[in-house]
Amino acid sequence: MKRLLIIGAGTAGTMIANRLRRALDVEEWNITIVDPVETHYYQPGFLFIPFGMYSKNDVVKPTRDFIPVGADFVKAAADLIEPDQNRVKLADGRTLGYDVLVIGTGAYIHPEETPGLREQEWGRSIHEFYTLEGAIALARHLRTWQGGRLVVNVVENPIKCPVAPLEFIMLADWFFHEKGLRDRVELVYATPLSGAFTKPIASKHLGYILEQKNIEVVPDFVVEHVDPDAKKLVHYDESEVEYDLLVTIPLHKGDELVARSGLGDELNYVPVDRHTLLSKTRDNIFVFGDAAALPTSKAGSVIHYAVDGFVENFLRYVDGLDLLPSFDGHANCFIESGFGKGLLLDFNYEVEPLPGRYPLPGVGPFALLQESEMNHWGKVMFRWMYWNILLKGKELPLPARMSMMGKWAR
Amino acid sequence: MATKVIAGKEVQINDEGFMTDPAEWNKEIAAAIAVEEGISALTDAHWKVIDFCRTTTAGLGGKSPTLRQITAGTGVSTKELFSLFPKGPAKKVAKIAGLGKPEGCV
Ligand SMILES: Cc1cc2nc3c(=O)[nH]c(=O)nc-3n(C[C@H](O)[C@H](O)[C@H](O)COP(=O)(O)OP(=O)(O)OC[C@H]3O[C@@H](n4cnc5c(N)ncnc54)[C@H](O)[C@@H]3O)c2cc1C
Repeated sequence: MKRLLIIGAGTAGTMIANRLRRALDVEEWNITIVDPVETHYYQPGFLFIPFGMYSKNDVVKPTRDFIPVGADFVKAAADLIEPDQNRVKLADGRTLGYDVLVIGTGAYIHPEETPGLREQEWGRSIHEFYTLEGAIALARHLRTWQGGRLVVNVVENPIKCPVAPLEFIMLADWFFHEKGLRDRVELVYATPLSGAFTKPIASKHLGYILEQKNIEVVPDFVVEHVDPDAKKLVHYDESEVEYDLLVTIPLHKGDELVARSGLGDELNYVPVDRHTLLSKTRDNIFVFGDAAALPTSKAGSVIHYAVDGFVENFLRYVDGLDLLPSFDGHANCFIESGFGKGLLLDFNYEVEPLPGRYPLPGVGPFALLQESEMNHWGKVMFRWMYWNILLKGKELPLPARMSMMGKWAR
Repeated sequence: MATKVIAGKEVQINDEGFMTDPAEWNKEIAAAIAVEEGISALTDAHWKVIDFCRTTTAGLGGKSPTLRQITAGTGVSTKELFSLFPKGPAKKVAKIAGLGKPEGCV
């Protein structure tokens, strides 16, 4: 009996378990998935919690509901991967051996890495929405907030779902309009990149949108520390941005397990081949999702496309054939832009987001790089798709590789 | 795509003045771009960072390294990077090193 061991039962681990359980013979392959947490979080939903649009119940379900029949769930944290011995030590002292290992341990925020952030003002004038607790605390704060200068700051890239901070600030614009407070709120987006949109065509098509919504962008802002008492962000070059309410997207890192096991880069992400997701140093370790060091977005949609091409590749791998370079970095993200509208981006490693229609060329129904109500419904539907189709590894009638049909490169 | 003569050599550049073919780069070009960016002379400290970026970018599939990759790889602190390459070291080094602009995905 061969052993496939999956660490992490999040978006990636769960999808892989479901897809491979169907594809692999039960008589030949044992599949085990380990995770200390028994709750599955729909993280894209965290974005809507601060504005009272979703509640906790909309974003959590029991992990076991998504583990396929014929796979074993072990409730434990992996403490150390010993690649030379092909085994994993668990925090509870047990050891699990493997023939093939899949790492899907995700990425996590580290506010403590920026001085001043996680100190006396944490949860008061400084908030975040990348964890469920953080999003709920922020919702509570916004319910009674009377206005002032709200600054959204990305500390450092890469972050999960790189567009979420922009969506947050556009939803905030809508939220304060509805509350009749918008004229008493200043909205500021401070980013370490050279602008809110950095790819030439996306910035040409979307650059106006923040201006129209009266959202100020502070580009090239690299925060060195926060002064929680004076309520200001301080740049390495000593320039400052003041706030009344700071919504931070703290530094992200991969799980410590990766570092402890000697498999990570400077942010604990595992270097992998970007077309096959195979570890660069081990030929029986694959890495999926946020845990991988890949030049594409850390997003659920990316995982879906990566897993799509992986199943066939894994069967080749098992038969001793060469892996095909099947993954092209394909991502698509629905971006909430407020007032019941949304945007949609579709891109991969080589091709930047372009305008057009998706998924049916010329027809849509989704418009690329353009605001529409349909795109908003796409995002709303995404939650249902996530729980009912994506996690369970059911097929979507969408091609995994990006298509250039129905797009124009201007 | 536009071209520009830098330090006597014609190179391809994009709208924002970043070179698009790292193979066209040489040290004289770096020095000339540095002057345009307000750095009158490149010292050893500058070169340590530039050389690092040139070598790692290949490993990153042509992507310019992030600030953290630079600090981790060279041992030069972020604060020092800001004094060597004022106002946006990651972007400035990338430009001087003949690499693409560090970008997000949108
Ligand atoms: C606010 C927000 C908005 C987002 N919006 C979108 C969006 O609109 N569209 C989109 O596609 N994506 C979005 N995302 C990103 C998406 O949620 C993530 O990319 C995706 O969930 C990552 O899946 P993963 O399996 O890599 O990690 P996760 O789903 O985070 O799972 C990691 C799992 O590993 C487990 N684990 C960690 N360490 C260990 C260990 N040592 N041993 C055992 N188990 C371990 C954890 O308990 C966890 O269950 C958003 C994310 C956030 C935070």
